[in-house]
Amino acid sequence: MFDGLLTITVFLPAAVAILVALFARGEKADQQIRWISIGATVATFFLTVLVFVGYDQDAGGIQMIDYFEHWIPIDALRSSYLLGVDGLSAPLVLLTGILGMAAALGSWRIKKRVREYFLWLLLLQTAVLGVFVSLDLLLFFIFFEFELIPMFMLIAIWGSGRPRYSAMKFVLFTLAGGAFMLVGILAIYVTPGVNTLAMVSIPSEALGGATEIVGIPALMATADLVVPAALIFGFFFIAFAVKLPLWPVHSWLPDAHTDAPTAVSVMLAGVLLKMAGYGLLRINLGFFQETKGFTIHDVSGYLAMLAAGSVIYGGIITIRQTDMKRLIAYSSISHMGFVLLGVAAVGSSAGHTSAAGLNGAALQMFTHGTITGLAFLMVGLTYDRTHTRHIPHLGGLWKKMPLIAIFFIIAGFGSLGLPALSGFVSEIMIFLGTFSVWPTATTIAAFGVVLAAGYTLWMVQRTFFGARPANPGLSDEVYDNLEDANWVDMIPVIVLAAPIFIVGIWPSVVTDMFDIGIQAVLR
Amino acid sequence: MTVQDFWVLSPEIAMAALALVVITVDLVTRSMAKVSTVAFIGLAVPIFFTLNLWFGWIGNPVDGPALFGTVEADRFSLFFKFILLTVTAGTILASAKYIASDRMKDYGGEFVSLVLLSVTGMMLLVSATELITIYVALELSALPVVALAAIHRTKQGVEAGTKFFVLSAISSAILLYGFAYLYGYTGSTNLDVIMSRLAVLPTEAGVPFGSYAVLLSVIMIVAGFGFKMAVVPWQMWVPDVYQGAPTPVAAFLSVASKAAAFAVIMRIMYTAFGNDALMQDWSGLFAILAAVTMTVGNMLALSQSNIKRLLGYSTIAQAGYILVGLASVSANQVGVTSANAGPQGVLYYLAGYAFTNLAVFFAVIAITSRTNDDSIEGLNGLLRRSPLLAGLLVFGLLSLLGMPPTVGFMAKVVVFGAALNANLTWLVIIGVVNTVIAAYYYLRVIRAIVFEDPADDSKFSADKPILIAAGVAAVGAGVFGLAPFLILDFADKALSIIPGL
Repeated sequence: MFDGLLTITVFLPAAVAILVALFARGEKADQQIRWISIGATVATFFLTVLVFVGYDQDAGGIQMIDYFEHWIPIDALRSSYLLGVDGLSAPLVLLTGILGMAAALGSWRIKKRVREYFLWLLLLQTAVLGVFVSLDLLLFFIFFEFELIPMFMLIAIWGSGRPRYSAMKFVLFTLAGGAFMLVGILAIYVTPGVNTLAMVSIPSEALGGATEIVGIPALMATADLVVPAALIFGFFFIAFAVKLPLWPVHSWLPDAHTDAPTAVSVMLAGVLLKMAGYGLLRINLGFFQETKGFTIHDVSGYLAMLAAGSVIYGGIITIRQTDMKRLIAYSSISHMGFVLLGVAAVGSSAGHTSAAGLNGAALQMFTHGTITGLAFLMVGLTYDRTHTRHIPHLGGLWKKMPLIAIFFIIAGFGSLGLPALSGFVSEIMIFLGTFSVWPTATTIAAFGVVLAAGYTLWMVQRTFFGARPANPGLSDEVYDNLEDANWVDMIPVIVLAAPIFIVGIWPSVVTDMFDIGIQAVLR
Repeated sequence: MTVQDFWVLSPEIAMAALALVVITVDLVTRSMAKVSTVAFIGLAVPIFFTLNLWFGWIGNPVDGPALFGTVEADRFSLFFKFILLTVTAGTILASAKYIASDRMKDYGGEFVSLVLLSVTGMMLLVSATELITIYVALELSALPVVALAAIHRTKQGVEAGTKFFVLSAISSAILLYGFAYLYGYTGSTNLDVIMSRLAVLPTEAGVPFGSYAVLLSVIMIVAGFGFKMAVVPWQMWVPDVYQGAPTPVAAFLSVASKAAAFAVIMRIMYTAFGNDALMQDWSGLFAILAAVTMTVGNMLALSQSNIKRLLGYSTIAQAGYILVGLASVSANQVGVTSANAGPQGVLYYLAGYAFTNLAVFFAVIAITSRTNDDSIEGLNGLLRRSPLLAGLLVFGLLSLLGMPPTVGFMAKVVVFGAALNANLTWLVIIGVVNTVIAAYYYLRVIRAIVFEDPADDSKFSADKPILIAAGVAAVGAGVFGLAPFLILDFADKALSIIPGL
């Protein structure tokens, strides 16, 4: 069974990137490279729409399977080239399509080493898409790690501030997390009776008559694990906690975000963090529900507390930030904490499981991707004009650049959960769902929304409204010459703002999809 | 000799003839461009004969012994012959400019024909099925390399040549001792016969390999080939020779010589010592060697400041990873039926390593020939000075480091997977730890290339032939990483002839 659509979607950006890197030459090449790269991301976006729309919700299960069993033809290594989407991954594939396009559009003004820049940006998109559609653990790991190289280059070469330090910190944290994941994969693999790397079970019909695939979740339920299940769970959890990021392994994130170029921040907050949330749902939740000796139910209470801690810690730290970009970076810690809170809605083995909470976790990934992506984009546009992100130096920008202010406020309102915007839907789902399972932790975490309102509104008030600070602030010359966003800037902004409204008003367009995926993961 | 013998030896005969043709062309035309062209195009002949023996386009596909049972053109040997010939083609392409340089143009023809003769020896080596032929072929492959290493007649070059010669002679002597013991004990020099004799000879309980005579001979054989494979503790020559010898020679040595040595040691171990009890014993021996080789190679590489020496130590560490595959035998596997995972891993690793290492070495040749500086600082800011070469070198280094999705990563996964299956979990842990250590020094080079400021800002590029050679090698390293089955399928067929599998 080889559908081909997913393979094309995943590798299209990389193929274009490599062709551009090899063949684009000459004086006018930079402009051509921009057009071709943006064209590639637009094409990828339409392919991801095709994946999303093409998923048959009535049929459910894994669809659009690209299965090539012969990939590593060794009995000792039961790894196959297995791509597919289900309700959980299809919206995330779409999200990557949207953000990849927005990031490329938002990179229009990059002037330094244009060819390399777009090479890495497009390779990054391939890596992230690969993570979301891989259903083989080895393949998943390859894509998960492959994302490091482009990110490292993008931050280190095109970043500002202390780019090499931040890039190195990012790589070291993620590599360490990746090493834990590799150990986890090996620990599963050495278990007698498991001996597969397929992450899901797929019936024979879906494979076009090939031998059915029995995935790790089904096999681990009956196998006697060599390595204790709690330890394997821990290995994967650490890898994803670093990436999510969760307190106390979050410290790479503010640095990486602050120093990365705008479009890379958009990708980092928008989709790279979601690889962790996706991993938590697919692996930590998917694999460890019926394992012998230990299940996710045993720790879901702790997960809820950890999530609440991360939400509150992130929120408090965020309030005292004075750099706009750093502020949004820290707010990501708080918001991604909600994802873990939603995951904890799986409940203890005695209690009940709230599918609404889990759906909320999945939706929160989608909404946070678009909202924070938009916020980073707006910070980038502001910084391009003011050349400072230091909040006390700013003020009264509203009069000079109303468009930027409006969309900044939209992102802010989305982030604090204003009804009719998508952030409200996902957060209310998590609160309602998880409250029925872990009332205390949810109550604590709910204060995160109060904090979010605080830091968001306060920042908007200080930068866009109010009076200009007398001294030191922007000089009169700079302030008078501030220009609002033009149409080139607005294209990626609209691209990201649209889904915030659409999902806010009509959430079932993605929640129905997520629900199918979550129900399948819950077995 | 019968027609069959000629047919079986057709690739080697074509290769030796090509060496003579090259010398003649050199003598007549004195044009190094013509020498390179003739050698490169001429390689099509032995490559054709090799493929012909595999696929059987002309005549019957030959399977079975020739020359009184001393050599065999089985698929195992053909697999390695193809790798060796590909490596040779790359080496000739990459040294086209080098042999035309002022200090080399008087010996250019000799250089190329010595390479070809050495490869002839290696091709014979991988198809030899008898101890004396193995020894003769080994000498044929080693002696030209001595001349190649010293071809510059500089102090460093002569030192490298002498070192290689002396150590090579000593290792050959040790190897011969091992062969002599084995012959004395079993009464045959034929590998198949040795296997069947060993199976019926009485064994002592508690002694590895059943008797001290076999134990001694195995240790001596492994020591003899350990020199060629650059396995610790027989690795001392590697960094000195790599640094002293011309870089194309180092590139050739690091890949071809290693592949041939691994091929022959695999053949000896899996045929002569191929029964389950013996397998378990030599598996343990190789597991220890693997652990030591990886660790020592990586540790010593950490403090190197010369790129050629660093690569020398890195090839030692790589040999350690390959040994992991060699140690993963079916005899101690944990239940699953996958007898050939280890050998397949070795073949895949060697092929992937060949492409990766050639890409790295060719890029280094192209760079150092312009900068005349083979320290790591000499690579500072290379990305700005020569983006294409820098890209190739970084890609090659990432593959050596084992970064997904290159062939270096896949090969490690396959080899470690085989080791897990063969109950060698402790070895896998050491291997993974070593990969992390190795990341440090590979990343150090990459950091110099990408981030440091160059002392000299001038841009440069390389000549077409070497760029093509390095580019093809890098593409191979990428493609075979994404599509492992391209090599593993052939490896599977190549292994189907080894008894015991």
